[in-house]
Amino acid sequence: MSGIFNLQQLINGIQLGSIYALIAIGYTLVYGIIKLVNFAHGDFYMLGTYAAYFAINFIMAQRGTPNVGVILLISMATGALVAFLSNRIAYRKLRYKPRLSALITAIGVSMFLEYFSSALPFIGPSYRPFPQFLSIRYFNIGTAHFTNYQLINVSIAVALMLILTYIIKYTPLGMAMRASSQDKDALRLMGIDLERIIDYTFIVGGSLAGAAGLLAGLTYPRIVPYMGIVPGLKAFIAAVLGGIGNILGAMLGGFILGIAEVVGYAINSIVGEGIAYAILIVVLIFLPQGLFGKRTGEKV
Amino acid sequence: MSKRMLVVLLLLVALVGTTFAGCKPAGPSTIKIGGIGPVTGEASTFGVSTRNGYEMMIEEWNAKGGVLGKKIELVFADDKGDPTEAATATQKLINEDKVVAIAGTVMSKCSLSMAPICQSSGIPMVSPTSTNPRVTAVGDYIFRACFIDPFQGTVGAMFAYNNLNARKAGVLFDNSNDYTKGLAEYFRDKFTQLGGTIVAFEGHPAGTTDFTPFLTKILAGKPDVIYCSDYYNDDGLMAKQARQLGFTGPFLGGDGWDSPDLVKIGGDAVNNAYFTNHFSKDDQRPEVQDFVKKYTAKYGQAPDALAALGYDAMGIILQAIQNAGSTDGAKIRDAIKNIEYHGVSGVIKFDENRNPIKSAVIIKIENGQQVYKATVNP
Repeated sequence: MSGIFNLQQLINGIQLGSIYALIAIGYTLVYGIIKLVNFAHGDFYMLGTYAAYFAINFIMAQRGTPNVGVILLISMATGALVAFLSNRIAYRKLRYKPRLSALITAIGVSMFLEYFSSALPFIGPSYRPFPQFLSIRYFNIGTAHFTNYQLINVSIAVALMLILTYIIKYTPLGMAMRASSQDKDALRLMGIDLERIIDYTFIVGGSLAGAAGLLAGLTYPRIVPYMGIVPGLKAFIAAVLGGIGNILGAMLGGFILGIAEVVGYAINSIVGEGIAYAILIVVLIFLPQGLFGKRTGEKV
Repeated sequence: MSKRMLVVLLLLVALVGTTFAGCKPAGPSTIKIGGIGPVTGEASTFGVSTRNGYEMMIEEWNAKGGVLGKKIELVFADDKGDPTEAATATQKLINEDKVVAIAGTVMSKCSLSMAPICQSSGIPMVSPTSTNPRVTAVGDYIFRACFIDPFQGTVGAMFAYNNLNARKAGVLFDNSNDYTKGLAEYFRDKFTQLGGTIVAFEGHPAGTTDFTPFLTKILAGKPDVIYCSDYYNDDGLMAKQARQLGFTGPFLGGDGWDSPDLVKIGGDAVNNAYFTNHFSKDDQRPEVQDFVKKYTAKYGQAPDALAALGYDAMGIILQAIQNAGSTDGAKIRDAIKNIEYHGVSGVIKFDENRNPIKSAVIIKIENGQQVYKATVNP
């Protein structure tokens, strides 16, 4: 059993979970405000990775040294831009149409982003190696190992989550976002433009997905236009596990799912994925609102 | 009326034309051999190398006067990496060009669509590189010049135990892919049979990017070597993550490791990795060095394993025609069955399933470069 429950597997799980958590926040933010499950969110993450890929290669071709902060901003800006445009072009028109239309549109946007990128000659459908521009350093705690890559990953993820929490709790924008998830009519009565708040929500969610894209490229340096599908779905599950609409829930849900998946794989590689989802099913049977969701009935 | 006359006339001309076409002088002056490979499509470099191999072998025989006193003519067809195209090309080679044997093709899926046609027409077929065991199972006219998937696992285990002195090994493979699973299972069986211990035998789902849960479990058993039987895309990631988890020992794998992208993905992590392959241009046997020199002079680049196997597949056919003293399909087939062919990819003899018993080369990655290490016999 020594290889299954130990500090090393916990580190592995936190590493994976931090990526799920960043993507899950975007799902939860958008769902909280417009009740849309934005399936294209995993593809914002993929485009964030590609933006970093091109930026790093460009800087290295000029014989420069890429700075993680600059690359992070580029990834986040790309994620934010694509999210903003998807909202403006695809989702906005369907705001007051049946919810199913928007859901189907989200699946359409997702497929468009995947297949359009793989059709572009400079992205293409095959795997690409993500450039490794940081020299790697190794650290140990007892028998557990980790690297500066993992440190960078987890610290960026945690820092972004803290910033987001601050925005949501203490800024006027955050207040407006919270208000719009509670009562849209009252929000309008206060003279706040709901569409503007929705734009910002997509921008914030998209930028976090873009950041997750960079982190994934650093840790798993093999990228492909379809890389967003599975993490996107898992992040959605993490958001549901944590209680969809609840930001803290999405973060913790991401970490819980990451750790559960790692331990599940370690227990038995063939049914590992199933173990992680079995946990999800059990949680949802007993806590239908997720771990941190509010227990509210559907308003009629 | 005149239009109809014209049509009738044209038909007549066509008919007369075909009749005369069938009346060429009896006994062709050349022996036609079919060659198939994907020179366009997703595996186009594979096809080009293979075709170069076919051409070179035929030129060498023709320079010596051909076979059975006649010149050899290569009739080449492109299968585009598509099983339907492969079947059409095979039909054409057999029915229109009247080839006496076919060398082809590269991909197992295409060879599998060719094989039943060759079998029912009684035309011997030698695939240069299709490693899927099912290909030669189609029938007794179907052969191949390469070893099959399970063999690589066996050779890997022997190399790990005897040359790397490994006693404990971890195995990581893709659960959904017969190629990597087959290699992994044969590695495990041989390694345990030799007296080694498998500390963990882990299959991951397709599309995995985070291998750390599996690797952590494998490393808990303190293996001397990790056998990764995936393709280079996964192998590079696995190696990188294993090094991050503190593994310093060697990796071992199959011919799926053979790609320039491996080092781009894995970086320094893939140094001190070994893999089994069909051929190495650094093999110092004189026939290999002679082939490398002639090939490089002719095509401007060093031959890869595909060129070598294309060369050997064509060589087997020509040698068999010579040995049979005939171009009759059944006689060529029997001659191939009994052949002992000294090719650039090793000495080839066929077992009862028409798969070659031959050696594999071991290639090591040092400082991002492939270095020839050893030749291992079965």
